[in-house]
Amino acid sequence: MNTPTDLKYSKSHEWLRMEGDVAVIGISDFAQSELGDVVFVNLPAEGDTTTAGEPFGDVESVKAVSDLVSPVSGTVCAINEELLDAPEKINEDPYGAWMIKVNGIGDTEELLDAADYEKHCEEEKG
Amino acid sequence: MKLIFEKSVAGRHCDLLPRCDVEYVEVPKGFAREKAPALPELSEVDVTRHYTELDHRVHGVNCGFYPLGSCTMKYNPRIDEEMAALPGFAGVHPLAPKDAVKGCREVLDTAAKYLCEITGMDGMTFQPAAGAHGEFTGVLLIKQYHDKRGDKKRTKIIVPDSAHGTNPATAAMCGYQVVNIPSAPNGCVDLEALKAVLGDDTAGLMLTNPNTVGIFDENILEITKLVHEAGGLCYYDGANLNAIMGVVRPGDMGFDCIHMNLHKTFATPHGGGGPGACAVGCKEFLREFLPASALMQGEGHLQVRAFAGNFLVVVRALTYLLTLGREGVPEAAQNAVLNANYLMQKIKGTFEPAFDRICMHEFVLDLSEFKKETGVSALDVAKSLIDYGMHPPTMYFPMIVHEALMLEPTETESKETLDWAAEVYRKLYELGKTDPQYMHDAPHHAQIGRPDEVRAARQPVLRWKKPE
Repeated sequence: MNTPTDLKYSKSHEWLRMEGDVAVIGISDFAQSELGDVVFVNLPAEGDTTTAGEPFGDVESVKAVSDLVSPVSGTVCAINEELLDAPEKINEDPYGAWMIKVNGIGDTEELLDAADYEKHCEEEKG
Repeated sequence: MKLIFEKSVAGRHCDLLPRCDVEYVEVPKGFAREKAPALPELSEVDVTRHYTELDHRVHGVNCGFYPLGSCTMKYNPRIDEEMAALPGFAGVHPLAPKDAVKGCREVLDTAAKYLCEITGMDGMTFQPAAGAHGEFTGVLLIKQYHDKRGDKKRTKIIVPDSAHGTNPATAAMCGYQVVNIPSAPNGCVDLEALKAVLGDDTAGLMLTNPNTVGIFDENILEITKLVHEAGGLCYYDGANLNAIMGVVRPGDMGFDCIHMNLHKTFATPHGGGGPGACAVGCKEFLREFLPASALMQGEGHLQVRAFAGNFLVVVRALTYLLTLGREGVPEAAQNAVLNANYLMQKIKGTFEPAFDRICMHEFVLDLSEFKKETGVSALDVAKSLIDYGMHPPTMYFPMIVHEALMLEPTETESKETLDWAAEVYRKLYELGKTDPQYMHDAPHHAQIGRPDEVRAARQPVLRWKKPE
């Protein structure tokens, strides 16, 4: 499992990186490997608001459709449009394949560091 | 194998249509196509061989064991087909005058009466074309009820996380916000989780019972009471009615409206794209909102499909009910449950049940330990089963179980078939420990091995195009 230590993680398997006041959000290596091959991703529009703990989009793999849960409340200031045509990038490079950028950040979910997140994944796997 | 279009040879034809014996009329300009459609041109024997070849490449209930969990792929008695093929039914026109279709009317009324009795409902419509369409109709009943009372604050429908994906989709299509609640460790509704989300914004609850892991929720009376106390209504998803038909009635469990897949529970071949048919039933107080069920009459508030729905599927359902009778219907349900429990106990000790307790008509195996040990996944086991001439079970559903295989043997399978199936599962369990690679490469003897599902989903080719 690849879990970069410079990122924060949510229990629902999104990663978050702060670039100044902007939160960059994607899904973890663990998440993409559990999902299997991603075939479709549904992202919000720029200007939409996100709420911490609520879905901001969804991702469809051969197995299932899963919600993407926002770790922060705020406003979507950019989406990674490249993923809409090439969702396989999420499998190939989960930490390069950011999904949305959020600014005007309000509430934030409880986030884990890399070590705690790996522990959390181990527990989920049972 | 080639598509029928690719087998086409210009100028070849067959004489399936009789000679024209009425005056020849040109289609007026503006309505006629400018050039002939690119239909395949083949002789009769080419067409026959093409479809027979296709027939040899598929697996149906008539070929062998087909325990596809949650789908109820049960055997459909031939007599149901015979009745549906009677010219008076098969040839009826939807615009025929009322007094010319009294027999058809009687079929619909009688079927409605029996299905009301089986489910504990007071009204029934056959308009919806299939299950999801029926769910949509049922939730619209709930919406109309709240709307008529001017109760506008009810914006949420509660759906357990073990539900079929169509439940949240239906609620969303009807304009509701979907509230997912987690299941308790035993796979049933978590009462505390339910209480936590109930409120004056609750429009209703959608529930399958027995649920998607094949367990009858023993708290059902408490669940429906809680929802009613909050002012919501209870919707019964009839996907698993096969386990309880004639034994216990959703109406007595406290449900206000329900749908039934006639093509699953009451005999019609399905799985190939239809047609199915769905009966939606409701209690007396919702009856005024039902779509018009009368042939060619539109007096209902709602019209979800033209005319009387997929009428011939109702003919099959009524034939099925009349053939089985008052004693036969519950006996079929009991045998479905007995068969599932028998098969589960026979497989147990190798692949382990996700919930080790008496099940209803289906059960779920949890292969996550097996996968950890051998590297062989639920998908590998499913693919390996194909080599034995058996349809794989449902895989990776419900999502609350990882590496799930879900088996629903149905009532029509004999002890010999179930013993054989259990033997095959036990063999594969051993094979996974000794030769996992063989299972990764399965199937070895099928027409199609492992289609590229990812490419099919990313770049779907949905229609043939004539090469220029």
